[in-house]
Amino acid sequence: MERQSIIAAKGLNHWFGTGEARKQALFDVDLTLKRGSFTVLMGPSGSGKTTVLTLIGCLRAVQDGSVRLLDQELNGASQAQLVALRRRLGFIFQAHNLHESLTATQNVVMGVQVHRGVSDATAHLAAIHALGLVGLSDRVGYLPANLSGGQKQRVAVARALVGNPALVLADEPTAALDKDSAAEVVDLLKRMGAARGTTTLLVTHDNRILDRADRILTLEDGRIVKVEDRG
Amino acid sequence: MSRLLQALFGRLPIGWLQLTHNRMRFAAALAGVAFANVLVFVQLGIMTSMGVATLRPYEFFQADIMISAGDANSLTDGDNVARQWLLQAMADPDVTDGMGLFVANVPWNRGDKDITFSTFGVDPAKPGFIGADIAGELPLLRVQDAAILDRLARGLAKDEAAAIRPQTPLAFEAQGRTVVAYATFAGGGGFGGDGYMMVSDQTFLSLFPARRSAAPDHILLDLRRGADVQAVVARLRTLISDPSLRIRSYADAAQEDLKYQQTKRPTGIIFGFGVLIGVLVGLVIVYQVLSTDVADHLREYATFKAMGYGSGFFLGVVLEEALVLGVMGFVPGLIVGTTILTVMGKVTTLPLGMSVSMAVIVFIGTVVFSALSGMIATRRLAAADPADLF
Repeated sequence: MERQSIIAAKGLNHWFGTGEARKQALFDVDLTLKRGSFTVLMGPSGSGKTTVLTLIGCLRAVQDGSVRLLDQELNGASQAQLVALRRRLGFIFQAHNLHESLTATQNVVMGVQVHRGVSDATAHLAAIHALGLVGLSDRVGYLPANLSGGQKQRVAVARALVGNPALVLADEPTAALDKDSAAEVVDLLKRMGAARGTTTLLVTHDNRILDRADRILTLEDGRIVKVEDRG
Repeated sequence: MSRLLQALFGRLPIGWLQLTHNRMRFAAALAGVAFANVLVFVQLGIMTSMGVATLRPYEFFQADIMISAGDANSLTDGDNVARQWLLQAMADPDVTDGMGLFVANVPWNRGDKDITFSTFGVDPAKPGFIGADIAGELPLLRVQDAAILDRLARGLAKDEAAAIRPQTPLAFEAQGRTVVAYATFAGGGGFGGDGYMMVSDQTFLSLFPARRSAAPDHILLDLRRGADVQAVVARLRTLISDPSLRIRSYADAAQEDLKYQQTKRPTGIIFGFGVLIGVLVGLVIVYQVLSTDVADHLREYATFKAMGYGSGFFLGVVLEEALVLGVMGFVPGLIVGTTILTVMGKVTTLPLGMSVSMAVIVFIGTVVFSALSGMIATRRLAAADPADLF
């Protein structure tokens, strides 16, 4: 196995439902992500993109096949192991999913505090620093309600990256944003990923993002049908 | 507050921030908890005062043993006891003295309002059986138709009661006779009558011509110093051949009366239920607030779950919310509860009021039941599945 790979999935099959309604969502998916790479996963809706993301993100149990994430096998891993692994990932969702009651800083602090043994002061400084990196130094004390859509998604990016994750999983992070904000958020992800050596897997429909990818995977009906390397 | 909680929990006080984010809902939730507290305070206050009021008349007398009729549950009810049993009891070497105690209600018709006195007829020659604060006035009762009045009686004006002295007695008509009050004592209205009155046994018998000196309501006995009360009680039970009589130590009689009032009489049961309902109301309110709050934040919780927070974290957040609600709702509940009890005490002259022990008990109960509601509310957390976020 390649030492440089963050993710190595082999022969991944997945089913939803039980009995008669049981339907196969993924067929024999192989996928490898190199450390520091920026990969885009494309495909029509229902093609299984999200399923791949939730399996890699330790949010769903692997049913068949092998997924090695950060040199740990996910197939058969315990719930506690999955939770521990999730702390080393960064998640960015289609909606920003910020907590409405927490300020920008406090939201980002939640991304630090998940690692035990971090002092309040350290977490706070890290959060302020991360917000600075996404260009929101002047918005640290704002509640999400007082931020624009693009700003909220940038807070979400800061929250995902503040814990220095090995892998960032982003699910259509630009879907709810206008063109400029979308470009800004993706550039941010790409730039910060490159600076920190973070691997990024981004699911999208958005063609505007493709030219920033190192590699583009196309999924159709649960199968990877096209692999395009641009690196 | 936020900093205090942050230091306390060692993390962002999400629960606190979440609760206070929606001010209106937070205020409503606190009002709900406070309301439940007030409910419990008032019911408990009445129950406690019922206990105090029940035990109060027992403090007017001093005795070691009381002999009552089989159906006498309190000082003021039940049949008569034949005086011969007093003489019989005196045969026991440990019994040093005895006194018949007469009890009946005397209404004082004041035109606009009656005052009903629970009236005790006692032997004015036996101050040893009378409570220390009344015993000094006892010789006054040797005068026919003399009385010592309860100055805390409901319906008796304060200055009116204060004016009663041997030099300036208060005469009034009752039972077709003129009763003259020469002194007062601090009785205090109960749930039965408006107040108390002490008269001599002779005056009592002339107020109630149908009663006989040979049949008092209770027999009080004094024992030799150092005598074993329970042993004497046991001996008297064999000595006195009427098995229907209740022969008890005076202290036991008071406690049995209290227990009877609290568990057998409808009032005691009603207020007991009142407390239970208050607790249930509080439980439901806190549960409702917390489970709505959890439901409203399922997305955020799911996000936190995806980020790697475990179930202990969420339980902590909900318990934090429960504690905030319980502690902060208790304060207005205590203030309003104290006010209501004080006002009610003033109006009814019942011994109503807030006590430290009651406040502590209700506070602990509030925190415990809030936490319990919180724990029930966390069951909804299972619905926060991070896989649904994508």
